[in-house]
Amino acid sequence: MEALQKKAKALLENGTVKVVIGFAAGTDAQTARPLFARTPEQAGKLIWGESCKQNLATYLLKPEVKALGKAAVVGRVTTARTVMQYAAENQIADDAAVLLIVSDDGQITELAKFADLEVYLAKVPRGLSPEAQKEIERLQAMPLEQRWAFWSAEMSRCIKCYACRAACPMCYCARCITEVNQPQWIPVATDPLGNLEWNIVRAMHLAGRCVDCGSCSDACPQGIRLDLLNRVLAQEVLTSFGGEAGYSTRKEYALSTFKPDDKEEFIR
Amino acid sequence: MSETRILQKKSLGELFAKLTAAGQRLLAPVKEGELLNFAEVKSPEQVALDYIQTRSSAKLATFPPYEPLLRYKFNGKDVEQQPAEPDKRPTVLFGAHPCDAASFATLKAVFTWDSPDAQFETRLANLTIIGLACTKADAYCFCTSVGGSPGDTRGSDMLLTPLDAERFLVEVLTPKGQAVVAAAPQLFTPAGNETKDKVLAKVAPRFSADKLKEKLPAAFGNNAVWVEQSLRCLGCGACAFVCPTCSCFDIQDERNREGGTRLRCWDSCGFSLFTLHASGHNPRHVQSERWRQRVMHKFSYQPERLGVLGCVGCGRCSRTCPVDMNLAEHAQALAEMKA
Repeated sequence: MEALQKKAKALLENGTVKVVIGFAAGTDAQTARPLFARTPEQAGKLIWGESCKQNLATYLLKPEVKALGKAAVVGRVTTARTVMQYAAENQIADDAAVLLIVSDDGQITELAKFADLEVYLAKVPRGLSPEAQKEIERLQAMPLEQRWAFWSAEMSRCIKCYACRAACPMCYCARCITEVNQPQWIPVATDPLGNLEWNIVRAMHLAGRCVDCGSCSDACPQGIRLDLLNRVLAQEVLTSFGGEAGYSTRKEYALSTFKPDDKEEFIR
Repeated sequence: MSETRILQKKSLGELFAKLTAAGQRLLAPVKEGELLNFAEVKSPEQVALDYIQTRSSAKLATFPPYEPLLRYKFNGKDVEQQPAEPDKRPTVLFGAHPCDAASFATLKAVFTWDSPDAQFETRLANLTIIGLACTKADAYCFCTSVGGSPGDTRGSDMLLTPLDAERFLVEVLTPKGQAVVAAAPQLFTPAGNETKDKVLAKVAPRFSADKLKEKLPAAFGNNAVWVEQSLRCLGCGACAFVCPTCSCFDIQDERNREGGTRLRCWDSCGFSLFTLHASGHNPRHVQSERWRQRVMHKFSYQPERLGVLGCVGCGRCSRTCPVDMNLAEHAQALAEMKA
């Protein structure tokens, strides 16, 4: 924690960044909250720990935060992957933000250039957390009807607050499909159809773009494991098309890339 | 009107059976995994009696997440309309804490201030609230800052306070509460000198809602304060949807070529679409302005126009917020702000 504060203070003092986006203590011991440190004193409030889960790269695209000036963001590997994916989708310029990536053993790596991010990410281990892997295997082992019943029950708790969308760094559409209301594409009601449509549309739009941060399910007030949908789709994209989001600045979005030499004949 | 009685916890099953036999639907806090939500129950075994707060609020008893207002059919150039039948089911809301019970006064003030609202008013008229006083609270509770308290009787028809592991002290507060006693009079025994104060949770006041109301009109134009408070706000609707007094809604038509249904659905002032004009202009174009609206509406506009606070201090918004926006903390800062 001290090393993180020291690094943040130095970045603010030498003028590299105007704001360090990290975590401060929250309302209770299990809760951390985003901190926007603009002075070295404020950087003294930075903390790091189990409760610091949110993917703060989300804020890099928020107008009020952009207005503060160049930012440093505290995070994990998934935060770095977010910036890489932003780069691939032309949402951020090279060297426009500094990343302070904290590893599991507390080492802090400072990265800003896309090229350095690519090198760093090439070395980190890939794959799902054992918990997510186990849960996905449990669900995939279910007969179709049982899996449908599981997801129907999960989705029935959805209150359409869109906290998943708001917390998701890749849900940055200025006008989300739910906001296209002439005509209304996605039903507003939280009935079974409306909930299913929203959550499926979101999962599909993130297929091959999700960076595996889990902020969607952390944000969900009803504890729906939306991350599992995204993680399975990421695996599907990897298996079928070979791409993983957030490891390079090359745009390899499986669902919108067309190649004249595609192996499938129907698309040519 | 308040009489006190004693009800044994082991008698709840019998009380539930009598109420159900009398045609009442029972809504109560139910544990689903790690979460608590209000749901329909049949027996007390399903009910969580020892809890601090449910995730969703009790407002769904009178204001559900979505409801049909009317159905229509196209018939050549004509439209046949069929207003939706108001929901008349007699319902007992069991085990709601005093903050939830108090929230119905705010909802009522909003839904009945001008034209009658058959859907809301019918549900409220058929609702009996058996409140449950709080014996514990957490860092998010702030009822005592907004006129409530852990043993507050406002809004409840009957308030239960768990005196010990076996007994509830029962305060019978309204004719609807008396009707509950009348459904099973043998279960409600004389109370003697028992009082509830010694078991109630302690919630220290954080701010004065009156002082906050005085400060807010001048704070409206202090843009820096709203930007600073809401920098981390993500603009989702979680706070509004779990809030027991947030009552904004959207009217939506679900339709096809033959006809459709006009629905009322929960909406939130935190969404950018909320104030978007048809012209494309959005009077609240950034999140700080939406956050300001949320605070102003609850602590200034509603008290001023309707005579009720738009907050009961349940703390759900803050517990639920993905970025730990703490309403009490922000309200306190605004109330203590130097002019």
